[in-house]
Amino acid sequence: MSNQMPIGMIEQTAGKGAARAAARRRVRYDQGVRRPTWVTYLLLTVFVAISVFPLYYAFLLASSTAAEIAKDPIPSLLPQGHLWENVKRVLDADIGFWKALLNSVIVSTVTAVSVVFFSTLAGFAFAKLRFRGRGFLLAFVIGTMAVPTQLGIVPLFIVMAKLGWTGHLAAVIVPGMVTAFGVFWMTQYLSQALPYELIEAARVDGCSMIRVFWHIALPAARPAAAVLALFTFVFAWTNFFWPFVVLGSTNPTLPVALQLLQATYFKDMALIMAGVVLATVPLLVMFAVAGRHLVSGIMQGAIKG
Amino acid sequence: MPRDATSFRHTLNRWDVKSAPYLYVAPFFIIFGIVGLFPLVYTAYVSVHEWGLITGNQGFIGFENYSDVLAQERFWQAMRNTFSIFLLSTIPQLILAIWIAAVLDANLRAKTFWRMGVLVPYVVAPVAVGLIFNQMFADKSGFFNAVLTSVGMDPIGWHSDPFFAHMAIASMVNFRWTGYNTVILLAAMQAIPRDLIEAAVVDGANRVQRFFRVTVPLLRPTIIFVVITSTIGGLQIFDEPRMFDQIGLGGSDRQYMTVTMYLYELGWGSQRDFGRAAAVAWILFLVIVLIAVVNLALTRRIADSGAHVPERAGKGVQS
Repeated sequence: MSNQMPIGMIEQTAGKGAARAAARRRVRYDQGVRRPTWVTYLLLTVFVAISVFPLYYAFLLASSTAAEIAKDPIPSLLPQGHLWENVKRVLDADIGFWKALLNSVIVSTVTAVSVVFFSTLAGFAFAKLRFRGRGFLLAFVIGTMAVPTQLGIVPLFIVMAKLGWTGHLAAVIVPGMVTAFGVFWMTQYLSQALPYELIEAARVDGCSMIRVFWHIALPAARPAAAVLALFTFVFAWTNFFWPFVVLGSTNPTLPVALQLLQATYFKDMALIMAGVVLATVPLLVMFAVAGRHLVSGIMQGAIKG
Repeated sequence: MPRDATSFRHTLNRWDVKSAPYLYVAPFFIIFGIVGLFPLVYTAYVSVHEWGLITGNQGFIGFENYSDVLAQERFWQAMRNTFSIFLLSTIPQLILAIWIAAVLDANLRAKTFWRMGVLVPYVVAPVAVGLIFNQMFADKSGFFNAVLTSVGMDPIGWHSDPFFAHMAIASMVNFRWTGYNTVILLAAMQAIPRDLIEAAVVDGANRVQRFFRVTVPLLRPTIIFVVITSTIGGLQIFDEPRMFDQIGLGGSDRQYMTVTMYLYELGWGSQRDFGRAAAVAWILFLVIVLIAVVNLALTRRIADSGAHVPERAGKGVQS
């Protein structure tokens, strides 16, 4: 910047038009075409390192032994050779790890599929069909996005107890089957991604409404549906409070099992961290494969939201 | 084809068109009504009854649960802890997220890599974050205290001291959510029309001035969105403080017990009193609504004062 002529001087010497053109060049120079300097990359490296370090630290402790950790909380910056041993101890521990893993897979998958299906169904209606009460109902959906439903936990528990569902996965799956955010998200997407002409053409060809949904709307919704599925899956996998309350220790999901691990073996940090690593690795793998869709999903949501 | 059949098909078709929208939105409203709204409303009903986890409904007692709860020092302590943790997480997180977003808002090599890099913590469960940070912040033989003593400083009572315990718990929240909010703010930054920034350059603004006078004011709606969502989540915080020790009651003096932990303890802990737990839930609900309304009023004022600003949605995301 230092060897550039101030824009004000350009304006005085060459007129307004030239000044504006120079400004445009400079903006592009600062924020567009020009590659940022090494300072930017250094900063970003520090940010990412901080984001990743706690995970690496957990991995370090998981590959160490409890005695070593007690002696020095920073055993070594390189992994030690005890990871398998600790992982095996987690699998043998009295927390039902395999059951918890299976439960988490079931809950997260069923929840994600259900949220995507019902959200696309409702989103299709809100985005492309005319009906009385549409505006009001959509406003209602948007309004409920901010409602802290977690605070209805006491009656929800009473209902689940009456149904005899406490301790069963259904008690976690059913309350998560629809989300207001999902409906809003699919409505937004389908209103711009699905042309009316396509629906009309299908109607003229004699398609019933449900076939229009199945053969036209659902395929068109695929990109947004994938992002919604990812978010729902992550949410269900990491969710703790309600599963902890309603499932208890006999039929846990992974976060509930981790809590149990801590309560039972709190002196054995190597074991606990091995449990943390085991519970986190599946989502990290998923993130490595599909993380960029999460990024673009959050970015799109921010623009529309 | 006989005429009757045609008209039958016609009727069927009209019925299909008329009923389809309602059938498609119905599952959401029915399920959400039963598992989302009904429990919230029914909480109010439970809160004015004597109601035990095992004993069930023992009859109407008016506002006794509320007056009982409000008379407990524990309740107010939980409120103070919750707000303290909330402020210690929301404010630094927002500043940090804006800063990182500004750094990311450049013509970077490997854009997606950096964006994914800051988002990694989002896929780590709060329970796992709690376990890791519990060890890192351990009063004895913890990571941070080891670092402090190695450079000749005194170790800090990260669990025993209320303020530092709140800091430690807030740092777990910040760890998980800063990157997420960074990406939201980055998207909003990239949607700012470039000609507004060019205009600022014409007026002689340098980069720092452009950032604080043009970029940040235009981010205000997004900032308020981020603040509202973190308010709703932050005031209900449970996982991180629950995992901060193996007992889960919020410390020996309850120095980091939050309102939701208190609610859990009333309902499922030693008291098993659903009436009081429901009263706490409704009080917290009202507090959240109150703060959200204040936030919304602010948003509207800002939206009005910013009416001359061109539509930011028109530009879309550049990546």
